[in-house]
Amino acid sequence: MAKRIDVSGLTAYYGSHKAIDDISMTVEPRSVTAFIGPSGCGKSTFLRTLNRMHEVTPGGRVEGKVMLDDENLYGKDVDPVAVRRTVGMVFQRPNPFPTMSIFDNVAAGLRLNGNYKKSELAEVVERSLKGANLWNEVKDRLNKPGSGLSGGQQQRLCIARAIAVEPDVLLMDEPCSALDPISTLAIEDLISELKERFTIVIVTHNMQQAARVSDRTAFFNLAAVGQPGKLVEIDETERIFSNPSVQATEDYISGRFG
Amino acid sequence: MAITTDNNAPAPPVAERASTSTGRAGDKIFLGLSRGSGILLLVIMASIAVFLTYRASLALSQNEGNFLTTFDWNPAGDPPVFGIAVLLFGTIVSSVIAMVIAVPIAVGIALFISHYAPRRLAAPLAYVVDLLAAVPSIIYGIWGALFLVPYLEGLNLWLDQFLGWTYIFEKTQVGVARSLFTVGILLAIMILPIVTSVSREVFLQVPRMNEEAALALGATRWEVIRLSVLPFGRSGVISASMLGLGRALGETMAVATVLSPSFVISLHLLDPGGGTFAQNIAAKFDEATELGRDALIASGLVLFVLTLLVNGAARLIIARRKEYSGANA
Repeated sequence: MAKRIDVSGLTAYYGSHKAIDDISMTVEPRSVTAFIGPSGCGKSTFLRTLNRMHEVTPGGRVEGKVMLDDENLYGKDVDPVAVRRTVGMVFQRPNPFPTMSIFDNVAAGLRLNGNYKKSELAEVVERSLKGANLWNEVKDRLNKPGSGLSGGQQQRLCIARAIAVEPDVLLMDEPCSALDPISTLAIEDLISELKERFTIVIVTHNMQQAARVSDRTAFFNLAAVGQPGKLVEIDETERIFSNPSVQATEDYISGRFG
Repeated sequence: MAITTDNNAPAPPVAERASTSTGRAGDKIFLGLSRGSGILLLVIMASIAVFLTYRASLALSQNEGNFLTTFDWNPAGDPPVFGIAVLLFGTIVSSVIAMVIAVPIAVGIALFISHYAPRRLAAPLAYVVDLLAAVPSIIYGIWGALFLVPYLEGLNLWLDQFLGWTYIFEKTQVGVARSLFTVGILLAIMILPIVTSVSREVFLQVPRMNEEAALALGATRWEVIRLSVLPFGRSGVISASMLGLGRALGETMAVATVLSPSFVISLHLLDPGGGTFAQNIAAKFDEATELGRDALIASGLVLFVLTLLVNGAARLIIARRKEYSGANA
C-alpha cells in the first residue's frame, strides 16, 4: 500500500529519439504529485515509465532506475506485467472495456490476478465503486455496459477499476482533459480522498487543477521542439505557484510562455 | 431526404449563391447516381428472386416426389421425381466442416499478423494469405482431386482407426477420399483468406486505448487479446465468417471436381458420396431437359434462401451484441 517512488537518472527513448533526459525525483507516499509543463515536454512519457507502459510503444525503451520502496521496477528479473498490477493507471480518455458490464469492468483486474474469492468479488466491486464515488449512480445497473455511462462516470469507472486491485501507486494521465467542469470537480474531489490510501501522480495541463489537488508539483520543460524534456524543478505546490526557485517555472505559471 | 427546401420562403442571399454554384449540380448528379445504384441493386435482387421462383414453380408443379424429402434426382423420368434432401445435407455438412476448420485458423492467423508478428513478417504474411484468394476455384478443384484426395487417405485411415467409434469418422467404404469431409477441408482452405483478411482488418482497428486499458491492469499479451481485441472484433469475425460461409455454400467447381456424387445421405463423412446444390447444378445443367433445368433452378432457389437466412442470422447476432460492441465506446 502507498509506496514511495524514487527515480534516478531516468532517460526514455522512442527509437533513436530521446524523449526525456536524466530525470531524478522522489514521489512521496499518500500524497498527490502533479506534473505540469508545455506540450511535448515528456511528462506523459515520464508517467508511463513509472508503470513500464512506455515500452509497449514500438521503439520505446528506458534507461535508469525507478525504485518502488526497495524494488527496482527496471530490475533484471522484474516482469512488467507484475509492475502494472501494482502501479495502476488512469488515462486521458475514459477507456472502460466496451463489451463488459459495469460490474465486470471493475472486476477485470481481480480476475486477471486470479487470486480472489468468488464471494469477495461483489464486495470488492462495491467498495471500489464507492471509493470512486460512483456507487450511488450505478448500483441499480451493474449489469449494463460501462460504455453507456457519461464521460465523467466512465472516468470514475476507470478509477474504480484501477483501485479495485489495491495498487501501490495510481498514475493519472490528464484524467479530466476530456471532461466537463462538473465531472472534473467530481474527479478532483475523488483524488483528494484517494490520496489517503494511495500514492498519486497526476499529469495535467490545467494549472489551477495542479494547484487545487496536488501537494507537490514538478515542472517539466524542453529547450526546443525535438529536444528531450527535462525536469526543471519539483517542490511543494504552494511554493511552485507562489515563489518558484527557477525563473522558467515562474514564466510558465504566469502564462508568459507555453 | 430529411432536409427539404422551402421554395416559397424568401431565399436568403447565401442560399442563392449556393444554388447557382457548380457544386449544386454536382450534388444532383451524385445523388442521382447513388440513388440509381441503390435502386438498381434492389431491381437485380428482385428479378433474380422472381426468375428463380417462377422457373422453380414450373418444375415443382410436375414433381411427383416430395421436393424436400426425396433422395433422388430424376426429373427426366416418368413420372419425374426429384428432391433436395441430399443436396441440402451435403451443402450444410461440407460448409459446417469448412467453418469449423477455417474460422479458428483464420482468427489465429489474423491475430498473429495483427498482434504477434514482427512488422517485417506481418506484411508479407498478410500478402500471402490474400494471394490464396486470387487462386481460381477450378485450380483448387484440380489440386484437391490430384493432391488432397490421395494424401488424405492416410488421414482418413487414422481417423477411422482412432475416432471410428464416433460414427461420423467411421469408414465403411473402401476407396478414394472423394468425400464430403475432403470437400469440407478444401472449402476451408478456400474461405481462409476472406475470413483472415476481414478479421485482421477488424483486429487492427481495436482502439489503442482499449488495449492500454488491459495492459495497465497488468494483462499479458494473451489477456489483452482476450479482454480488448476479441470482444471488439467479435462482430467483425462473425461477419467475416458469414462471408466465408457464403462462399462455401455456393462453391461449385472445386466441389464438383473433388466429390464423387451420389444421392445418399450418410453421416459417415469419410465415405465418398453426397452432393451439394451448386455441384449438382454444375454437373447436371448441360444435359438436363427443360424440366430438368427448372428443377435445378428450384434447387438453386433453396440455396438462395439458405444464403439469405444465414446472412439474416448473422445480422441478428451482430445487432443483439450492439449495445456491447466497441462501436459506441
